[in-house]
Amino acid sequence: MNGIHDMGGLHGFGNVEVEADEPVFHARWEGRVYAMTQVLDTTGIYNLDEHRHEIELMPAQDYLADGYYGRWLFAMESILGRKGVLARAEVERRIAEHAADAGRTTPAELSGRAWPLPPERKIRWGAWRHEVEVAPRFAVGERVRVRNHQPQGHTRLTAYVRGKTGVVSIVNAQAWVLPDTRAHNAGENLQPVYNVTFAADELWGDAAEPNAVVRVDLSEDYLEALETAR
Amino acid sequence: MSGSGHDHHGHDHGHGLGHDHHEPPAKPWQAVRTEAVESLLHELGIVDSRRVDEIVAHYEEKIGPKTGAAVVAKAWTDPAFKARLLADGLAACAELGIGGPETEYLHVVENGPSVHNVVVCTLCSCYPWTVLGLPPAWYKSSAYRSRLVREPRALLAEMGLELPPEVEIRVWDSVSEIRYLVLPERPAGTEGLDEAELAALVTRDAMIGVARVAVPSEAGR
Repeated sequence: MNGIHDMGGLHGFGNVEVEADEPVFHARWEGRVYAMTQVLDTTGIYNLDEHRHEIELMPAQDYLADGYYGRWLFAMESILGRKGVLARAEVERRIAEHAADAGRTTPAELSGRAWPLPPERKIRWGAWRHEVEVAPRFAVGERVRVRNHQPQGHTRLTAYVRGKTGVVSIVNAQAWVLPDTRAHNAGENLQPVYNVTFAADELWGDAAEPNAVVRVDLSEDYLEALETAR
Repeated sequence: MSGSGHDHHGHDHGHGLGHDHHEPPAKPWQAVRTEAVESLLHELGIVDSRRVDEIVAHYEEKIGPKTGAAVVAKAWTDPAFKARLLADGLAACAELGIGGPETEYLHVVENGPSVHNVVVCTLCSCYPWTVLGLPPAWYKSSAYRSRLVREPRALLAEMGLELPPEVEIRVWDSVSEIRYLVLPERPAGTEGLDEAELAALVTRDAMIGVARVAVPSEAGR
C-alpha cells in the first residue's frame, strides 16, 4: 500500500537527531510492548508480514505521532482484536478498572475467544526461507526493470524504485516467502530475492548526488526483464 | 480495516496539554494501555509476564553492538575468517556462537578506500539485531529513513562523516529479510592491538555505516 511508512526519498522530516547514551528502551512500557510482541510472534496467531502490514494500516497521522513502540502497541491491539483473541472493549474496561484503583478487575474468560488456537489454525511466524530449490530468472549483471506494482495490500516494493531500471548485484537464490501474499495469508509464493543496484540519477533525477548508488532487495515478482518491459 | 476503534486511541489523555503543574505527571496513555493489555494477556495465559521480564532484561543487558564489534575485530585479524564472513555472514557468526531471532540471512559489506557502505530500512526498522542489538531511535526516525537514500553524502556529512567525492557511497535499503552489517576499515596505527583491543574501538555507528572507526589517541598507546 502507498502509506506514510514508505518514506524513501520524502522531503520534510528535518534533521536526524542523535541522542547520546541512548537507553535501549526510553520508558518501561516500550520494553513491555517489545517483549510482549516477541512472545506473541511465537503463538501462531499471525505472521511477520501480517504484523508489518498492521502497522502500515495505522492512520497516517497516528503513525507519525505515536512513536516507534506506539506503532507496535497499535499493531498488537489491532491484530489481537481482528483475530478474536482480545477485544478492544476488554482493554478499555481493564483500563477503567485500573484507573478506579479498587484492586478489582473483571476476570478475562476463555469462552468465546479464538484462544487457545487449535494446532491446525496456527500460523507459522518465521522461516521466510525454505530449503527447496528455486530457479532464479535473473543473473548478476543483468539489467532489470522494477514493475509498477501498486497493491492496496502489503508489499515490500518501495515506491521510489517502481518503474526504475537497475542492475542485479546479488542473487539470493534461496526460496524466500513473498510478503505481499503471506501478509494476507494468501500463500508463500517462494522465490529468489535479488539485490538490485540503482544509480542515484535513475532514482532522483536532477536532485541526485554524484557517485552514489542505492541497493535494494527485491522479490523476483517485483522485477521484469528489460527487453519485455515495454 | 483495523481503523474502527482507533478513534479513541487515547489521544485525549496524557499528552501534557493543560496539566496542572502541582499534580504528579499523568502516566503516558501508552503506559496505561500497555498495562491493561499485559494484564489481560497474562491472565489468559497468552503472554507470561515473567517471560516478558526476561526478554526485556535480555535486550537491555545481553544483546548489543559488542557482538558485532567482536565479529569485526575477528575479521580484521583473521583473513580466512573474513573471507568466510563476507561469503556467508550468518555461518561465520555461528562459528563464534552468535545467532538468534530476526536475522535470517546476513550480508557483510566491506568498506574500503574507494567504497563506503551504509544501511537503512526505508519501510520500517529492519536491522541486524543478532549482531547489533536493537536499533537506535535515529535509525528508526522519519528523517533518516527518508533522506539516506536520496542524499546520503549530505546526510552523512551532517552526522559527522565527510566522505571525499571520489568515494562511492553504497546505500543498502534492507527491505527484505536479508540483514546487512558494515565491515568498517581498520584504522591505521592499530597494528599492535590484539583482537579484544580492536573490538573496543568498533562502534555501532561504524557498523551501520554512519561513522568511521576512530584512530585511537596517541596518548593511550
